[in-house]
Amino acid sequence: MSDDDPRAALDAIYRGEAGRVRATLIRCLGSFDAAEEALHDAFVAAAKQWPEQGVPINPYAWLVSTGRFSTISRWRRQARLARALPELAPELEVDVELERPDLIQDDELRLIFTCCHPTLTPDARVALTLREVAGLTTEEIARAYLTPTPTIAQRIVRAKAKIRDERIPYEVPSAADLSARLESVLQVVYLIFNEGYASGEGPNLTRDDLCREAIRLGQSIVRLLGEPEALGLLALMILHDARSAARIDADGELVLLERQDRSLWDRTRIREAEQLIERALSARRVGPYLLQAAIAAVHVEAPSFAETDWAQIVGLYDVLRRLDPSPVIALNRAVALGMRDGAKAGLAAIEPLIEQGGLEGYYLAHAARADLERRLGLGAAARRSYERALELSRQPVERRFLEARLAELRLGLAPKP
Amino acid sequence: MRYACLVYFDPQKVFSQSAEAEAALRDTGPYNAELRASGQLVTEGALELPQQAMTVQVRDGKMSATDGPFMETKEVLGGFLVVEARDLNEALRLGAGIPLARLGFVEVRPLVDFSKPRPQL
Repeated sequence: MSDDDPRAALDAIYRGEAGRVRATLIRCLGSFDAAEEALHDAFVAAAKQWPEQGVPINPYAWLVSTGRFSTISRWRRQARLARALPELAPELEVDVELERPDLIQDDELRLIFTCCHPTLTPDARVALTLREVAGLTTEEIARAYLTPTPTIAQRIVRAKAKIRDERIPYEVPSAADLSARLESVLQVVYLIFNEGYASGEGPNLTRDDLCREAIRLGQSIVRLLGEPEALGLLALMILHDARSAARIDADGELVLLERQDRSLWDRTRIREAEQLIERALSARRVGPYLLQAAIAAVHVEAPSFAETDWAQIVGLYDVLRRLDPSPVIALNRAVALGMRDGAKAGLAAIEPLIEQGGLEGYYLAHAARADLERRLGLGAAARRSYERALELSRQPVERRFLEARLAELRLGLAPKP
Repeated sequence: MRYACLVYFDPQKVFSQSAEAEAALRDTGPYNAELRASGQLVTEGALELPQQAMTVQVRDGKMSATDGPFMETKEVLGGFLVVEARDLNEALRLGAGIPLARLGFVEVRPLVDFSKPRPQL
């Protein structure tokens, strides 16, 4: 089949336009499946006509009209067969106003909010968003999540059935619901990012793809909706990403912030994130993502780990803890406290979190405790904590890191207090 | 990517001349024509019933043949379509459109991509 070549040539346009075209077609045609069919028809027509006639000035409008027209003709043909045309006729007359950018933006937002609807399970939201909004194939999502393709396909089928059966409206939430619904959207984006970032499998292309997709999604949301939390999440992801070259060494081993070569950080991206944070702060509404981004920004501004403005970091964690009183935030604050006021103060803050705060099963809590004990010269206690952390950690890169620290301690290489 | 849509059905149901079965059989040609027109149909074929089939095998260099296959199940493989789809979910949607999916079921399976390593079993 020689049909593959024009399809490949259209790939760039597909990636750029498919999401927006799909978003509008779902509204015009009333279902994900009808929109997918129309989208396919539109791109087939484009593959035939564009090489001869040139790319239209507005590819989006051309693709929407072509897809919609093709579906309507199909429905007419089917209706003729079933002799049901009169009933269908009113539905076909829905007008599409293709020249209004605000409506197009609303369509994109409708699609994002529908795919991240709280009625769907988090797994389903992630799969649906990656496929319908980011334009990944089911197979690409499955590879990135190291999951069998039919499992992902089933999640997508069920999610769409739920949207249809429960009549989840295809709309942008009202102002009253917006911040709660946005939280669900941002959570999906951050889940996608973290899956790519914290995969623990070292450099792995498909995993990097997830980080890139999450950032692209974050950028779309910011373009459509300049909410401070959306800006904060985008800045947070960009800051993590800007440090990624320093995070894994040549042997694929994890390098903690403390030991990272700061000259490897991408300063252009850091400036981009800082501008996003400034823009978000001007709205004077601070949420958890923006605070985490601000904390990450304090880290990257420091010329070295020791010269980090720990007082400011502790202060930001204090605010964050009021918004999100989770023990993990308290743990991060305790680590920062250990840097500001000394290892002893840090240890005093961490111990109750492990013993009563619900972090006994969290490997990072034991790893953080071990590090403080090590710095205080408490070799035996540090060994016990590293061993406990090792029991709880599943990720190979992190396990190797913990094993290396444990070996250092056994050899008596721990720093003296 | 290419996917095979394998159409299974119970011949007793499909050839019962019920209104539902007749409608599904009548819609099959137009559906295939739609898929062909949209460039998604690579090939298709309807199969005679297993009573018309033979099975051959070769063991120790010797060929033997039997009638059938005759399975315990009522459903038999009745036809197939090979479709070109962007991903498994699109192929599922095309498979769900096959009119005989209303009476039987359609197994949607990716065709092997020989540039990928063989399965490790």
